Amino acid sequence: MTPDLLLAGVLLASLIAYAVTGGADFGGGIWDLLATGPRAPQQRRVIAHAIGPIWEANHVWLILAVVVLFAGFPPAFAALSTDLHIPLAVLLGGIVLRGAAFAFRSYGGGTDRDLRLWSRVFAIASLVSPIMLGVIAGAVGSGRMRIVDGQVQTDFVSSWLARLPIATGLLTLLAFAWLAAVYLTLETQDQLLRADFRRRAQATAPAVAAVAVLTLWFVHQDAPLLWAGLAHRPWTPGLFGLTAALFLATVWAMARFWHRLARLTAAGAVALIVSGWGLALHPYVIPPDLTLTAAAAPDSVIVPVLWTLAAGSVLLAPAFVWLFAVFKARPGLPPADPDRT
Amino acid sequence: MTDLLAARSQMAMSLAFHIVFAAVGMAMPLLMAVAEGMWLRTRDPVYLDLAKRWQRGTAILFAVGAVSGTVLSFELGLLWPGFMRHAGAVIGMPFSLEGFAFFLEAIFLGVHLYGWDRVGPRLHWLAGLGVAVTGVASGIFVVCANGWMNTPTGFRVENGKAVDIDVWAALLNPAAGSEALHMAIAAFQAVGWAVAGIHAWALLRRPAEPFHVKAFGIAFSVAAITALVQPLAGDLSAQQVARNQPTKLAALEAHWHTQRGAPLQIGGWPDETAEVTRWSIEIPNGLSLLAFHDPDAQVEGLTAVPRADRPPVAIVHVAFQIMVGLGSAMAAIALYACWLALRRRSWTASRPLLRVVAWAAPAGFVALEAGWVVTEVGRQPWIARGWLRTADAVTPMPHLIVPFLAFTALYCLLGVVVVVLMRRQVFASPGLAGRDVAGQEFADDT
Repeated sequence: MTPDLLLAGVLLASLIAYAVTGGADFGGGIWDLLATGPRAPQQRRVIAHAIGPIWEANHVWLILAVVVLFAGFPPAFAALSTDLHIPLAVLLGGIVLRGAAFAFRSYGGGTDRDLRLWSRVFAIASLVSPIMLGVIAGAVGSGRMRIVDGQVQTDFVSSWLARLPIATGLLTLLAFAWLAAVYLTLETQDQLLRADFRRRAQATAPAVAAVAVLTLWFVHQDAPLLWAGLAHRPWTPGLFGLTAALFLATVWAMARFWHRLARLTAAGAVALIVSGWGLALHPYVIPPDLTLTAAAAPDSVIVPVLWTLAAGSVLLAPAFVWLFAVFKARPGLPPADPDRT
Repeated sequence: MTDLLAARSQMAMSLAFHIVFAAVGMAMPLLMAVAEGMWLRTRDPVYLDLAKRWQRGTAILFAVGAVSGTVLSFELGLLWPGFMRHAGAVIGMPFSLEGFAFFLEAIFLGVHLYGWDRVGPRLHWLAGLGVAVTGVASGIFVVCANGWMNTPTGFRVENGKAVDIDVWAALLNPAAGSEALHMAIAAFQAVGWAVAGIHAWALLRRPAEPFHVKAFGIAFSVAAITALVQPLAGDLSAQQVARNQPTKLAALEAHWHTQRGAPLQIGGWPDETAEVTRWSIEIPNGLSLLAFHDPDAQVEGLTAVPRADRPPVAIVHVAFQIMVGLGSAMAAIALYACWLALRRRSWTASRPLLRVVAWAAPAGFVALEAGWVVTEVGRQPWIARGWLRTADAVTPMPHLIVPFLAFTALYCLLGVVVVVLMRRQVFASPGLAGRDVAGQEFADDT
């Protein structure tokens, strides 16, 4: 296990953490947009209550991933930032509008019309950003990003405006929405609201599966290196098997009203999907021209960064546990809770 | 507009926007912690009310600060991939440390904002202190990264690439200490004056309102202390710049020709073609004295380097004059307040003080922005002084005016909304029911 491989592992872990925490925040926003039926306002209240305390902390995982990437693998960061400028810029716009809209809605103290406006902005931004995240991930793995003599060969469009990246974007959107619906069943004690979110989770699950299969098909057709990394590895059967098992376990647990178990298995399934992408890329960081070792900064950089991350985790892990214990250990909003903000 | 200018403008706009919210994120937690601490000690409910109301305004500013900061971390790559490819590994350490500080800050913030009823009062107060400490730490780390751009250390250049990288030497670069100190104080100064100004204005309308009296006491204490300490921190920065960035010093002083016993130029307009500064007030030996603490020291002039290596002089010089002018004004007001205190006169009973502080409310933030213009524009044409030029670091993507305009429009929208919401928060403060300046009625929110 070389330092650069270890740091790449940390980068992947950071992205996984972002997907199962921040991703669910985005998913919550999507359900805010799609809140329907007689209990729509209560659904929105549950979502806001769930996201409120944790969303800022959840989104630091993305910043950490960006920092680890440019500190540890600078040519990869430079290539990505150049070639995928457009989806990254759109992602950024979504992140800005989302965070601002959420804060304005929660603390603005405005009229109902103001609240509805910001809710709309918040929800639409929550729809756009996951798609962009997936498009970026898909473009990186697609093999369409070419690097010659350290410079990325780009027209700024064709590496990401293709069926594999777009399918990955759609998969990301659906997976985050599914994850959020599963999480949200535990954010309320109201049985009717729980049923609402459970229905949404069960309805989204087949879409997630279908698009996942479609994406895999596109990988097989369009990205031979990525497919080889995914399908022709010793851990391939285990990975696919476990992902499918966790996915099905979630569907089953939801049907059995075992919400706590469902939360774990759903997070596990999403974690494995992200892991699968990361592991399939190996030994590349941007197939076919940039391997991890070629992109890696010297050990004099990576080793101190690893030690710093380790030391920081000593402080950070208990802090995170504390945050979630304070806000997620209790059963969630009781029925008909008056608006607290 | 060239693509390079569009990229520089977008970065400048993003930084100028973010720094306001970053300063709030660094300083407001301290003010709130003092208020909450006073409540815990005295059980005076006015302090609790103050802490909560300050928090409501700050929460919005925190969120906007977080997202505008995310934009900056992306823009490092979107706009300057050439810089990141060469230097990303060298400055990775301060950014990693900053990332950790952010994590801790966000966690403490989540507990502080939402945990009033979930954790005990002492733990809640400690969370608030946690936000304060980690906020300042993150600011210090990122300024260390900026310091490296001014005094790049911790590596050698071989075939155009950075080798023998020492991340700790890069973190502890010569500019880092004085920059971090100057910026940390500046954040507290900007916020202190702004908050004190708001409450001073409120006190002029409703004299002796207890809420605003206490608020002013806390905020103006911060404002006065920072105003008096900042010139010393500024002097440390000036000495560092004189030692390590002579061209920047020459630009901010509009000093053209290398000479011993260089005069200080107050005001004046630099003529970049003729290489002379006109209509300034000259103080003999002033520059040598300030920069090197030696009236006969040699100060390098702009003409010591070729034109291609000089920053835009007029912008840098004027920004510097604004910063120092406002800093001096704030220090003078602080001295006046000290005199009042020595004479045992209450600050909040002194209408002249309240009036001047109300007018001076934006002074700290304007000085903050001016100072950043000085250091960033003064570093041009370099992105890493002496090694990488800004022009060589920019992205090859064309039509950069498009993202520039798009993000500027987005930030304008956010700015307007923030101002509207802040006004609503401010007018909702106790004792301000009735009619506001524009004659519109609003309710007393007690």
